[in-house]
Amino acid sequence: MSEENQFQPRIAAFFCNWCTYGGADLAGVSRLQYPPNFRAIRIPCTGRMSPKFILQAFRQGADGVWVSGCHPGDCHYIAGNMYARRRFTILKNLLEYVGIEPNRLHFSWISSAEATKFQQTAIEVIESVRALGPATRMVKDIGKVA
Amino acid sequence: MTQKITSRPVGAVMVVGGGIAAIQASLDLADSGYYVYMVEKSSAIGGVMSQLDKTFPTNDCSMCILSPKLVEAGRHPNIELITLAEVQEVQGMEGDLTVKVLQKARYVDLGKCIACGACAAKCPKRIPDEFNQGLGKRKAAHVKYPQAVPLKYAIDAENCIYFQKGKCRACEKFCPAGAIDYEQQDQELEINVGAVILAAGFKPYDPTSYPQYAYANFTNVVTALEFERILSASGPWMGHLVRPGDEAEPKKIAWLQCVGSRDLNHCDHPYCSSVCCMYAIKEAVIAKEHSHAELDAAIFFMDMRTYGKDFERTYVGAQEHGVRFVRSRIHSISELPGGSLRLEYVTEKGQSKSEDFDMVVLSQGLEMSPDAADLCRRLGVEQNESRFAATDSFAPVATSRPGVYVCGALAGPKDIPLSVMEASAAACAASSGLAAGRGTLITEPVEVPQRDVRGEAPRVGVFVCSCGINIAGVVDVKAVMDYAATLPNVVYVENNLFTCSQDTQDKMTEVIKEQGLNRMVVAACSPRTHEPLFQETLQAAGINKYLFDLANIRNQDSWVHADDPAAATEKAKDQVRMAVAKASLLEPLTEAKLSILPKAMVIGGGVSGMNAALNLAAQGYETHIVERDNAMGGNARMLRTTALGEDVQEYLGELTAKVEAEPLITVHLGTVIKNVDGFVGNFKTTLTKDSGEELLEHGVALICTGAGEYKPSEYLYGQDSRVMTHLEIDQAILGGELDLSKINKAVFIQCVGSREPERPYCSKVCCTHSVESALAIKEANPEAQVAIIYRDMRTYGDRERLYQEARSKGVIFVRYDPDTKPEVVTEGDTLLVKAQDPILQRTIVLEADLVGLATAIVSHQDEHLAQMFKIPLDQDGWFLEAHVKLRPVDFATDGVFMAGLAHYPKPLEEAVSQAQAAVSRAATVLSRTEMMLPGTVAFIDQRKCVGCGVCWTVCPYQAIDQDENGLAVVNEALCKGCGTCVASCRSGAPNLRGFSNQDVLAQISVMLQG
Repeated sequence: MSEENQFQPRIAAFFCNWCTYGGADLAGVSRLQYPPNFRAIRIPCTGRMSPKFILQAFRQGADGVWVSGCHPGDCHYIAGNMYARRRFTILKNLLEYVGIEPNRLHFSWISSAEATKFQQTAIEVIESVRALGPATRMVKDIGKVA
Repeated sequence: MTQKITSRPVGAVMVVGGGIAAIQASLDLADSGYYVYMVEKSSAIGGVMSQLDKTFPTNDCSMCILSPKLVEAGRHPNIELITLAEVQEVQGMEGDLTVKVLQKARYVDLGKCIACGACAAKCPKRIPDEFNQGLGKRKAAHVKYPQAVPLKYAIDAENCIYFQKGKCRACEKFCPAGAIDYEQQDQELEINVGAVILAAGFKPYDPTSYPQYAYANFTNVVTALEFERILSASGPWMGHLVRPGDEAEPKKIAWLQCVGSRDLNHCDHPYCSSVCCMYAIKEAVIAKEHSHAELDAAIFFMDMRTYGKDFERTYVGAQEHGVRFVRSRIHSISELPGGSLRLEYVTEKGQSKSEDFDMVVLSQGLEMSPDAADLCRRLGVEQNESRFAATDSFAPVATSRPGVYVCGALAGPKDIPLSVMEASAAACAASSGLAAGRGTLITEPVEVPQRDVRGEAPRVGVFVCSCGINIAGVVDVKAVMDYAATLPNVVYVENNLFTCSQDTQDKMTEVIKEQGLNRMVVAACSPRTHEPLFQETLQAAGINKYLFDLANIRNQDSWVHADDPAAATEKAKDQVRMAVAKASLLEPLTEAKLSILPKAMVIGGGVSGMNAALNLAAQGYETHIVERDNAMGGNARMLRTTALGEDVQEYLGELTAKVEAEPLITVHLGTVIKNVDGFVGNFKTTLTKDSGEELLEHGVALICTGAGEYKPSEYLYGQDSRVMTHLEIDQAILGGELDLSKINKAVFIQCVGSREPERPYCSKVCCTHSVESALAIKEANPEAQVAIIYRDMRTYGDRERLYQEARSKGVIFVRYDPDTKPEVVTEGDTLLVKAQDPILQRTIVLEADLVGLATAIVSHQDEHLAQMFKIPLDQDGWFLEAHVKLRPVDFATDGVFMAGLAHYPKPLEEAVSQAQAAVSRAATVLSRTEMMLPGTVAFIDQRKCVGCGVCWTVCPYQAIDQDENGLAVVNEALCKGCGTCVASCRSGAPNLRGFSNQDVLAQISVMLQG
């Protein structure tokens, strides 16, 4: 349906300073284009990602959340990304249980040199959230979206 | 003018080159109180490492790990980059040298260029791009690569239409910053320094001279460096694996080893290039990962030389990954219709074979570049037989000319970690004569007293950058500015053409003061490159530098949404709103000051430990050597000679005497470490010796604890006295118990205890050691029959010459596989070695008067020491460095360093240079009286803490301790600010300064309000 194609999802992104944020910068340097549907917050490490940041984003009306950090073994802080992965897996189960579609939450590993991968992943994340339509499950003021 | 010898040496060093070795040497020197001139031939630093896709054995992305070092070198107040420049001559004596440098014109004003790329975009002249090995094109106005430092464009006059034909000037017309300057002239500079370090690197061998491989004619035959560019995400095909001929995806690729190495027929290169086996394995594995369809990767080799730390595991891993290894040197390549290639070769068993591949990669060797050879000649620096800069084993980074030092591949083929290690070693050696000049030429930042803004309502100033047209060409900067003015707490808004320019910084400082701002937001490029700059500006205005945030509206907005200006403008507004929300909540942070005790403890009194101590003393630091044994010398006491033939015992005697005579060194023999407290700058170590306990306070610790020798249970060792280990043979010769002239038949067996399932690593030195012993026997008794039974001969680098000498003198080499190991038996009194010869395909029986076992070097598995210093051991028990590529002698724990066999098996000269490297790294700490710690660290709200222990379990730096009440407390000296504890705590007790829960939640809350 064409109306669904028009839907512009709003996605909260969290990038670690050392890898994915650098990859996003390099995508810029390389002028790789992607849709303007996410807003990024820079964090030192995906190990810093408290689950409540993800929950808060959904409560504020984000249609999707994207967390991205260093490849396994490349973490600037030795293993923060591995803790993040573990927390993320559990949270994803929980969110699924409360009715949030799994495709609303994305986790990826993108290094500071992978500009193309950043662009491709950005497009994938945006498109998969776009396909789901607006998220309403956790929005505080349900009246606004209803 | 005559040279006047000053009483005080010049506190500056010139580093020639711009690769990773040059960068490391420069950073070490600049961080320990010396001013550095870095002279690079091309327009940007980075060297060959910047061209690599990944680095072995960890497959780290090369650019990702290099880039922070580039930025650090580029921004360092005490490193002066002199690009497009070459050293002409050096005059004077060590301590006071005058260097003539010729700097070519860049035709771009470095102070004005904002690296927007308009010049390159408009330049009509396209030429092959050297950075991409000619596989892509660049313009005459160009930047070497996107992450180049300095990130400034240059005009290549030889290819510029204006310089060649007098017309064009397109770059000048379109440059928004007025940076193009056609009038620039070449300049001759005269620079006064105390020492010079040569780090000019190598030249990849050009295989055009191999007619049988037809590299010049067959487009799908590429060099290894070309293949790196093909694999690289920033390469000509954006990391898409294709062959250059028709851009088709290859399904079968062959790597041919030893192209331009171990070869006297096509080139005058008898030496082994040391790195090609590993990079071929890496390329094969990465290619298989990159390939969409199943890729058949085959490596054709003579010996696989995977001798470094974790290299053997990578080799075995590649085999499990399906990479084929074929032991054969390829005779010739022919091209098939369609561009594929046919390899004709003979297997080890003598069978003739032919196989077709879509693409062939030539594993080119490393050679001395003609330019660097000229430089050596101009400077009077001697070259060795292989034409690399000559050094000796006991002074591995000193050249033949006093005051001129060398590191990296200029002194022989080597990989990145060794180059980095030597770079630090050269920094140590170059500066040890300059200690009196330390700190005399560097600039210290001026400290501005900070205004206390606590209790004030936030007054946020927003500076929106146009970045020429980079931002303003897409984003409606005026609209963003107007919008920012409506946000809560914002009291001042301004737009700048180039916020980062120096004059804007000066203006901003004034504005901050005039407007009474106490928070600053800049909407511009990336915090990764520009946060430190703006923080300095804030500091200069007397405001705490942590009261700052940057909205990335260029790299992550205008540049990536160029086709949707309206959306990009909305995004920029959102980003500014988020930054203002965060900035309003930020609090001033204090940077804890740590005092540094300028005193070192060296653990271990072997060659590494003694060299470390002597170099520390030369730098002027009091040093304590703690040795568990009752004598100094370690394993070297059992060694006869180095690979270059130098006498180890004579050296050891001199070294020990020097240590004993040095007043700054105290030796504690028969002493062990009981306990270690404290952290960088302030360690308190309890020593135990016969006379009782002693408390030693020190600022740094160097781990030089060495390793042991594997005692075999195989090959009749311990049952027949004629079967001896390496070290036992050397010792017996040194003690006069073994007369080599009486040996008629000797057999050496390699890899005894190494490359086995329980010890899956190569001990690196044994092949060379056996060859040395075989040659010694041949010298004492030319008639003696000597055989070496081996798996792969790993006589890397110039050691290959010893291997060739042994072959030419009639030493027999018999290869074995792990499943057909040789056997040692006795028949009556006769000692026999039986081996399966893979070429003859039959068992051969060798009689022996002496069987030498090339036994493994084994780690001490010193978990106690590791725990006390909070440093890790790897799976084989070697101490694990902070980063295997770029921090080879450091640990993640600050103030602790290592050298020698404790790190991994290595020959003596590497142990010596590693000791010097560890001292150089230690000097970056010891040369400071105090250290500032970043303010962005974690803290614990103890009212919420229940002492559950999750935080100190997850902390990767063991920075969280339990206090006397059982609650968590952060040691700010150890915390690196990752925030893992904050996200892990179930009670919300920890928080991270600068990235607090409140800061992040505030950004999330306003994120979607637009």
